[in-house]
Amino acid sequence: MSYQGKKNIPKITSDRLLIKGGRIVNDDQSFHADIYLEDGVIKQIGDNLIVPGGVKTIEANGKMVIPGGIDIHTHFQMPYRGTTTVDDFAQGSKAALAGGTTMIVDHVIPEPGSSLMEAYDQWRQWADEKACCDYSLHVDITHWNDSIKQEVDNLIKEKGVNSFQVYMAYKDYYQMSNSELYEIFTFLAERGGIVQVHAENGEIIAEEQARMLQMGITGPEGHVLSRPEELEAEAVFRAITIASQTNCPLYVTRVMSKSAADIISQARKRGNVVFGEPITASLGTDGTHYWSKNWAKAASFVTSPPLSPDPTTPDYLNTLLSSGDLSVTGSAHCTFSVSQKAIGKDDFTQIPEGVNGVEERMTLIWDKAVTTGKMDENMFVAVTSTNAAKILNLYPRKGRIAVGSDADLVIWDTDSLRTITAKTHNSVAEYNVFEGMELRGAPLVVICQGKIVLEDGNMHVTSGVGRFIPCAPYPDYAYKRVKARKQLAVLRAVPRGMYDGPVSEFSMSRGGTPSASARTSPTKQPVRNLHQSGFSLAGNPALCGPPTPDDIPIRPAGRRIVVPPGGRSNITSLS
Amino acid sequence: MSGTGYQGKNSIPHLTSERLLIKGGRVVNDDQSFFADVYIEDGLIKQVGENLVVPGGVKVIEVNGHMVIPGGIDVNTCLMKPYLGTNPVDDFLQGTKAALAGGTTMIIDHVTPQPGDSLLDAFECWQEAADKKACCDYSLHVDIPQWNETVKDELELLVHEKGINSFQVYMAYKDVYQMSDSELYEAFSFLKQLGAVVLVHAENGDLIAQEQRKILGMGITGPEGHPLSRPEELEAEAVFRAITLGNRVNCPVYITKVMSKSAADTITQARRKGSVVFGEPITASLATDGSHYWSKNWAKAAAYVTSPPLSPDPTTPDHLHTLLACGDLQVVGSAHCTYSTSQKAIGKDDFTLIPEGTNGVEERMGFVWDKAVAMGKMDENQFVAVTSTNAAKIFNLYPRKGRIAVGSDADIVIWDPNSVKTISAKNQQSASEYNIFEGLECRGGPVLVLSQGQVVYEEGKLQVQQGTGRFIPRKHFPDHAYQREAEQEAVTRGMYDGPVYDVVPTPKYITPAPSAKSSPTSHQPPPIRNLHQSNFSLSGAQTDDNVPRRSGHRIVGPPGGRSNITSLG
Repeated sequence: MSYQGKKNIPKITSDRLLIKGGRIVNDDQSFHADIYLEDGVIKQIGDNLIVPGGVKTIEANGKMVIPGGIDIHTHFQMPYRGTTTVDDFAQGSKAALAGGTTMIVDHVIPEPGSSLMEAYDQWRQWADEKACCDYSLHVDITHWNDSIKQEVDNLIKEKGVNSFQVYMAYKDYYQMSNSELYEIFTFLAERGGIVQVHAENGEIIAEEQARMLQMGITGPEGHVLSRPEELEAEAVFRAITIASQTNCPLYVTRVMSKSAADIISQARKRGNVVFGEPITASLGTDGTHYWSKNWAKAASFVTSPPLSPDPTTPDYLNTLLSSGDLSVTGSAHCTFSVSQKAIGKDDFTQIPEGVNGVEERMTLIWDKAVTTGKMDENMFVAVTSTNAAKILNLYPRKGRIAVGSDADLVIWDTDSLRTITAKTHNSVAEYNVFEGMELRGAPLVVICQGKIVLEDGNMHVTSGVGRFIPCAPYPDYAYKRVKARKQLAVLRAVPRGMYDGPVSEFSMSRGGTPSASARTSPTKQPVRNLHQSGFSLAGNPALCGPPTPDDIPIRPAGRRIVVPPGGRSNITSLS
Repeated sequence: MSGTGYQGKNSIPHLTSERLLIKGGRVVNDDQSFFADVYIEDGLIKQVGENLVVPGGVKVIEVNGHMVIPGGIDVNTCLMKPYLGTNPVDDFLQGTKAALAGGTTMIIDHVTPQPGDSLLDAFECWQEAADKKACCDYSLHVDIPQWNETVKDELELLVHEKGINSFQVYMAYKDVYQMSDSELYEAFSFLKQLGAVVLVHAENGDLIAQEQRKILGMGITGPEGHPLSRPEELEAEAVFRAITLGNRVNCPVYITKVMSKSAADTITQARRKGSVVFGEPITASLATDGSHYWSKNWAKAAAYVTSPPLSPDPTTPDHLHTLLACGDLQVVGSAHCTYSTSQKAIGKDDFTLIPEGTNGVEERMGFVWDKAVAMGKMDENQFVAVTSTNAAKIFNLYPRKGRIAVGSDADIVIWDPNSVKTISAKNQQSASEYNIFEGLECRGGPVLVLSQGQVVYEEGKLQVQQGTGRFIPRKHFPDHAYQREAEQEAVTRGMYDGPVYDVVPTPKYITPAPSAKSSPTSHQPPPIRNLHQSNFSLSGAQTDDNVPRRSGHRIVGPPGGRSNITSLG
């Protein structure tokens, strides 16, 4: 990791910190202990620590000390049709830190047809220049061919990227066909990657959009009307089916509706390895605002999949997050100014998509899930940081307070009460989709890389100190089960004699066979081994079935079949 | 009966002589059972009741308290489906004989044109063959092998002039019959306007193609490759997608061949959410399972090959019967499509080439009785509902078919719940060598079958006449399927008149939502807005709607003054 050595050593060494009298909350337990930080790493945890003199001490006074949040989904500085989102890496990561999030994972979105590697380098450059907190990157696969395969392989092996997003929406642009999805899933499963999907049925959306525009609906309400939550649920269902076929762990980004969340729950109950990510917006607000008379306000809620107009959605998603059916939370922070949103003032399909949420994420979950009694503080840590760290294979470096972990900590004030408003938020956007909400719970002190970045309401951030954290493939959290299943799910052919009876005349010319796919198969059919007899379909007892009553004499009817030349077959029992 | 002149030739002459009285039976309809005599004349039920006044010399059938039920309707047969130049061994004669022997007095066959063929020509070809051979009344579904403009015209003609109200689309058979989601959306929209029922073959063809390639690559070429490459998940996925499409277009969806628990559960859940969806399990999925694909006898294993495949899960039939009994699944078909062993052997080295289809038209009613009614899952009225009445309602044949009532067709079955028979290929009517239900015992069966008022089956003997079957035309917009509709409206708000970011017009940056461009519907200019109207009332109003706010300094007041709409204060 020589590329980041330039900045992680010099300015951190001076920082030694002791957090006294706090209650450490990890995802598994809470306990009272002091924490000693040095060189940006947690060095000691316990009571009565022996520390060097002159160390700065923070009195936590029994308050919670939690691992810094990980926002697994952001779009800072994202290019869009010649412009970029208004929050760049500096502004965005500042907002993240203000909300108690000490690491972000941004999406690299290459234009279809361009190189993934170049886009990755571009994003690295932008982030290295400006980010105030550690970051990692997801890479979106916007088209699929052999050179992309090579690049994905390199990104996994050399560049520290283990998660890739594919799109089931945005027809004729990012959208992948089912066959392509199958290939990508298979490819990534072999290399230990995580497949993230943007799950919406792009084809139906395209039809619905055309219908809405034809009906004269051009405002932001057309966005939600043309993308009903069914289409999200349908795509989630399909993605899970493909993942299950290819034995690949699946991560559904932006779970926005009850029905999509339900599909994920059901799949998890059936044993599928699937993770769902609700975002700040879907956990905190709903889609009724699309009908606002204020165009700019309505447009500020435009994101895909859209917020559900069902106002009971946030509560429901918080419940599933508490029960563990949904695993992680992101913000999908992607902010455009009103004038940028106004690109689509006459056509909702042109409105740039994205909402804010990186700053509000942790506070909102605390308010909606923990203070309402749905979730305990340990689960809060799990869904805001630990689970994300596990999926990204960064655990226990991130997402846990333990000796040797990075010194990304938050002292959490459970009683603070504040009102969200665009006037005071750290994002540059003019609108905040959570405007006017009163939320309980906020960070009191935020420590990032062992340095205090938020204290007494004042931010002390330095642009460019954020390090790129490489993610290794095959995260145990997702792949342990997948690996075990791979060993079991070996399919074998039934060893049986060759059919040597008569074969009906047929012509291949007319219309083609209904199963044309075999013709396109590049694989040759191997010769059968008639001596082998090792049929066992372990791991899936249902498939084995009961022993078939093969010895029942099967009598023929009709006289079409004559005894074949050379005597009667003993295989096909045509007596 | 408009548009039926072409079949008048065979419906009248031999019926007039037949007058029949069924005495002492218990009439079982889908809603009630009662003791009554049934008097039949000219192929119609003329009277139902006790102490009927009938002309002298009428033939009387004493049924001694046996059940008298409407003749079965098999909604899914393929008696003429060509495969690579060969036809199924059971044609309209053999197939309808088998149907009648099992208590089914009407079939609805699938017209299966190849991609590029004219639907109309195919329809006429099927009708001609059936008119010549069928021994019982029949109707036809038409399968849509591909979607284009000419197909639309033909569909319109078929619906309005030919009496077809149901069309099948395929989500499987990639590069042959399969339609994309966009095509399905258009097909659904179009068929909905015509008032037709959309039948869906629900399997994800893209994934099947991938799986087939994978399985063949592993050296699995036998019939077990068939279920391995078509796992039930792919069926459930496609069912879910079809229902989603149906909901969007507000079109009734009918899932043919429900073969697995997960597909059936998907339908159940959708119905609970209010979707208009119907599910059709078939004889094979209700009576046997997919463990036979692993049989060492190739010919036997191949006999079970059908799509979607039988589920290897042996608890499937029981589950499907339960759903049928509680009304979550509605109708039972047979998907009877039999190929001889030598025809199946076309795929002896490659399971993807095995012609697909199983038998079941004769065994259909017997197995529903045996596995659902005799087991106490279902009562006799529901039995009538799933074997005939529901089918007649969905396809707009009710109450002419599917009910014993005055004026209905005299398609009647005297049912003996106690008869027991062992299914065997040598005793069944089908011409195929293998019967997939071989050796199974089945309680319940017809003792006497009347078709068009004539006794066609009595005490195990068929007395049929080739070509007596009539084509029954069906009107569009069946009540049972067509109801609700909803409208969306635009919000009336002033035009946004604030500053607009200048978009780089290079072609490199396409909008992420370019779909409208590929849509066949032309872009209409948005209508002129009425700025004076203000009838907005959707509870979405917020407390801060009127609070002007600002942040950032990017936005300057636009030339000509500041907007009063966008509240950039």
